[in-house]
Amino acid sequence: MSKDHHMIPVWFFVGVILLIYGLIILGTGIYEFSSPPPTVLASTHPAVWWGALLTVIGGLYVYLFKPKKS
Amino acid sequence: MNLSIPMALVWFAAPDPAPSGPRLILLHPVDMAIVAIYFLMVLGIGFYLKRYTKSGEDFFLAGREMTAWVAGLSFISANLGALELMGWAAASYQYGILATHWYWIGAIPAILFLGLVMMPFYYISKTHSVPGYLQLRYGESTRALSAISFAFMTVLMSGINMYAMALVMKVVLGWNIHFSIWVSSLTVAVYVALGGLFSAIFNEVLQFFLIWLGALLIPILGLVETGGWSGLVARIHQNFPQGDYTHLWRDLGHFADNPMGIHWTGIVLGLGWVISFGYWNTDFLVVQRIFAAKDIRAAKMAPIIGSYFKMAVPFIVILPGLLGLGLLPFKLFPERALGLGQHSYNEVLPLMLARYCGPGLLGLGITALIAGFMSGMAGNVSAFATVWTYDLYRPFLRKNASDGHYLSMGRWCTILGVVVSIGTAYLVKQFGSIMDYVQALFSFFIAPLFGTVLLGMMWKRVTAAGGFWGLLAGSVSSVAMFLLVKFDHRMLAYVALSSDAKDMAEDMYRALWSWLICVIVTVAVSYFTKPRPVEELTGLVYGCTELPSEGHLPLWKRPIFWAAISAALFLILQWIFW
Repeated sequence: MSKDHHMIPVWFFVGVILLIYGLIILGTGIYEFSSPPPTVLASTHPAVWWGALLTVIGGLYVYLFKPKKS
Repeated sequence: MNLSIPMALVWFAAPDPAPSGPRLILLHPVDMAIVAIYFLMVLGIGFYLKRYTKSGEDFFLAGREMTAWVAGLSFISANLGALELMGWAAASYQYGILATHWYWIGAIPAILFLGLVMMPFYYISKTHSVPGYLQLRYGESTRALSAISFAFMTVLMSGINMYAMALVMKVVLGWNIHFSIWVSSLTVAVYVALGGLFSAIFNEVLQFFLIWLGALLIPILGLVETGGWSGLVARIHQNFPQGDYTHLWRDLGHFADNPMGIHWTGIVLGLGWVISFGYWNTDFLVVQRIFAAKDIRAAKMAPIIGSYFKMAVPFIVILPGLLGLGLLPFKLFPERALGLGQHSYNEVLPLMLARYCGPGLLGLGITALIAGFMSGMAGNVSAFATVWTYDLYRPFLRKNASDGHYLSMGRWCTILGVVVSIGTAYLVKQFGSIMDYVQALFSFFIAPLFGTVLLGMMWKRVTAAGGFWGLLAGSVSSVAMFLLVKFDHRMLAYVALSSDAKDMAEDMYRALWSWLICVIVTVAVSYFTKPRPVEELTGLVYGCTELPSEGHLPLWKRPIFWAAISAALFLILQWIFW
């Protein structure tokens, strides 16, 4: 999005944070198979599929918008 | 200013802001790690972008090189503060789906109008701000009146939002109120002072994703639990058989027929026309994001893109409130009437968050609230820095300084804005009732300002004197109506057309009358004063300005095409939830 300078696109930063969050939440969700949280619908394992979703979106953004070597 | 503030004010009306029971949510180490990573990321972005912020245009307008998508998401994010999430979720628990009017008729037509009609003029005039446009069209006195009011109110509202957020953190998480105020506001100060509007916009886009992904799980899991929309409606009717919480328009025939105490004319004319068009088209806090667009097509497309997301926001804000009505095993109460161990309307979103989200997801949800707060505050301070530097400091205090000097002033002004906001936050802590007046002050100004800007853009006969006196008359009459009702409640029947009208309805009608007064005075004074020559109005007024043609673009690339689809979706939603 920069005209004459090589600024890292904002989408890359979005990807990085979503990827980190996705991995953390996915890891927590996997751990919760052995120790489920006392929440409603915990049996649907929202942390697993939401964490996986964030990981996929974040990974995609990181891959597509990674800074290019000039 | 934020259209949702009236709802959030209930936090301040509480006689004792201390939590009525144990904290709602207990964060685990993994949640704290998620919050900490967020703070590191926004600060890192600020430090990274400092190297690209070399001129005043970089700092105040992000170099005017944002794409339509970046400007559009940032535009919506600056409006999507934490109080927006918490306040309107609370409002939907209290008023039902009526709260959605603030997202649909109270936003979509105005946003589309901004994209198609207003933005080309703001952009072509190459002004730095809305007061800057007023200077070009009406002269220095109107600019000064507008800039002083805006700067004062923006920094005040920033502090008030900050205090409200700290209070939320205290009640929900048990965090120390001073810790919340200082850590979050200084973080905003650092990243905006370093990278200016570049940094504010980058972080707002990031915050946009976090807000959505942090809050989206509640409606998804809620609808799974209720068995879909029809299951939710059935549960609400079962829990609250007297009220109608699921229809947008059906009960607006009379003030006494709906929980908001409002008539459809108040919603359509007061909210849908004056307040909404005033806020979305003239409040520099949101409009500044579009000023940063890279070209006129991006400037037109950005709000149109934003309109689709704005239309979807009720899914993460209103639906959790409705789910609270249908699913919570206990009732929530107004803040003023809270008993021991009871929860207030304002706690509906955290309660639903705690209902579905375990460790990790809880941290993401809390990060969404913090991100919402910081995006709103960054919007306030970056707009304040621009208006102060370009519309007050440069024309009235130091005219011919270098660009580097104004850049430096913008940076210091950002820090100063945050410090003053912190001071305001503590002031509000001492004098809770100040909130009512501050919010009212905002409403005094935004409705007449829309009249002034609209006439200025649409009618070449309007004169500088007409613009100034119209704006002043609109604001003064709005204050007068507010005071009349405050001191003699019987006047409500005249100002809001019914003694059954609630505060919200009074705001709508007061805005409508003050806008009308502004327009009438502007027109009358203009007919008695000499207009500017037409050639001086090029780039400022319809009929005197040649707008770039979009005829060469394929249909699907034209802003009007996407605006038409957005408008059609808006109408379909009204029909579905009628």
